[in-house]
Formats: sequence, C-alpha cells, structure tokens
Amino acid sequence: MSAAWACVLAVGAGTFALKAVGPVGVSRRRMPERVAQLLELLAPAILAALVVTETFGSGRSLVVDARLAGAGAGLLAVALRAPLWAVVVAGAAATALVRLVS
Amino acid sequence: MRRGIRLAAPLFPAAAALGASFGVLARTAHIDAVAAIAMSATTFAGSAQVAAASVLAAGGGAVAAITAALLLNARYAPMGISVGGSFRGGALRRFGEAQLVVDESWALSGGGTRRFDRGLLLGVGATLWFAWVGGTAVGALAGQAIGDPSRLGLDGAFAALFVALLATQLTDRRRIAAALVGAAVAAALTSFTPPGIPIVAATAAVLIGLRR
Repeated sequence: MSAAWACVLAVGAGTFALKAVGPVGVSRRRMPERVAQLLELLAPAILAALVVTETFGSGRSLVVDARLAGAGAGLLAVALRAPLWAVVVAGAAATALVRLVS
Repeated sequence: MRRGIRLAAPLFPAAAALGASFGVLARTAHIDAVAAIAMSATTFAGSAQVAAASVLAAGGGAVAAITAALLLNARYAPMGISVGGSFRGGALRRFGEAQLVVDESWALSGGGTRRFDRGLLLGVGATLWFAWVGGTAVGALAGQAIGDPSRLGLDGAFAALFVALLATQLTDRRRIAAALVGAAVAAALTSFTPPGIPIVAATAAVLIGLRR
C-alpha cells in the first residue's frame, strides 16, 4: 500500500473516532474538569505551531519568503475583522504579488 | 438545518477554493486524485489533511504524516464532548452526525456555549462538506490546468488561514501562553526533527495548563 493510501485510511479512521467520542461515547458523562481544561489549550498550541511551519518551514529549515507576506496580510485582514474567505484571499494575493515582483 | 445552510453559504466559495488547493497540494505530495477525494470525504478536516500532505511532500513518511494529522484532529474529541449531549437518536446516527463537526460548523453553531444549536451545526457542516469535497475533486483532477500552486500564493493562503484560526483561539491568557509555547517548540525543533514532529511536540504546550 502506498504512503498516500495509508494516510487516507489511518487518518480517516482516526478522525471518525475522534469526532465521534463526544456525540456517541461520553455524551452524558462529564470529562474530569482538569483534563478538559488542558485539552482546551490543544487548539491554540497546535494552530500556533502550524502558523510557524506553514509560514517559515521548508523541509528541516526555517526560511523567510513570500509566505510571510501572506501570513501578514492574513493578520491584517483578521485585525480588520474580515470574514474567513477574505482572510484566505488576502493571504494568497499577498503571497502571489510578492513572488511576482521578487 | 436550513438556517445553517444559509449561514454557511458565504463560506462555500472559500471552502471550495481551499479544497481545490488541497487537491493541488495532494498531487504534489504524490497523493493520487481518488485518494485525495476519499480523504476529503472521510477525514473532512482541512488543517489535518494539509498537514498530512505537507509532511508527505517534504518526504516525512506516512507515520509522521498520520501522527501529525491525528494530533491536529485531537481537538475534535473535546469539541465533540462539549456538544455531545445535544445529539439524538441511535449510535449510528450520532456517529454520522458527529462527522459534520469541523472548526467552522462548531464555532458558528455556538459550540461550547449554552446556546449551541445542533441543527445549525449540521447545516453548516453539510454545506462545507460539499464545498470541500467538490473543491478537492476540481483541484486534484484539474490541478495541471491550475498550474504551480506556489505561483498562485496558495501556500501563503494556508499560512493566513492558520493565522485566522489561531486568532479565534486567543481568548484568554492561558491560551495565548499555550500558543506562544507551541510556536516556540515548533520553531526550535524544525531543524532537528523530521517534518511533522515539531507540530506533534508542540502539543506538549498544553502542560502549561497544569500551572496554577
């Protein structure tokens, strides 16, 4: 089996399970308060790491390139309370523009 | 449910475009079109799919890609638990409806709050599913026509998307601290570990929650 299909099957099955945990499994029971508090921090930690890797990551090194303009434009759009689609368009446009002129 | 479809309508083009860019990225990561579409239809989680494809494209291997994607999706466990009590019917139906939980549907339907609306979540989720899967198909099949994704700045679009999703998470000091630690861990490890591992390691940032 190719690496791609291994990913499709394993990530699909794992995500099915992760999404179903609440609605199917423990819907009426409550998670220990302490665990719930820790899990709340998972999304900001992972998303911040993704901002780093998606903006600066290039294999095993960190580089500054046109993607930084995209992230910057995204930040500006967020600050202006733009909707998500506008954030994404701004990020792509800024990145493409910097690539075009550099 | 109908209100959810209406609420999600403005997001449809963006979700389709992101789906298309995932489709293009998937091809550059040697994920064939059928596999890319199957992944969008089953996993239905943008950041995890992009992370998996990025790791594969960077030569990180299947184990690192799967680990990174599943750790990214680990947030769906607490998110699902926060709304689990609102789901109705048998286990199979609840299992199916649970798959429509994504960041946007959960956030737009008031997930984690007292005014959570299950119908709204299903409407938004279903709308985004069609946009995401359809977009993926276009990107994966017509990717050659779209050309080199870096020329269109789609990689920068994902950087911007993660900035926006992160911004919605920074609601208190603990979350901001977790984000800073997560970013620092990821930046520090990039040079020393295979791709994907920095994101996995960044989850250790939740441990700052143990501090009083």
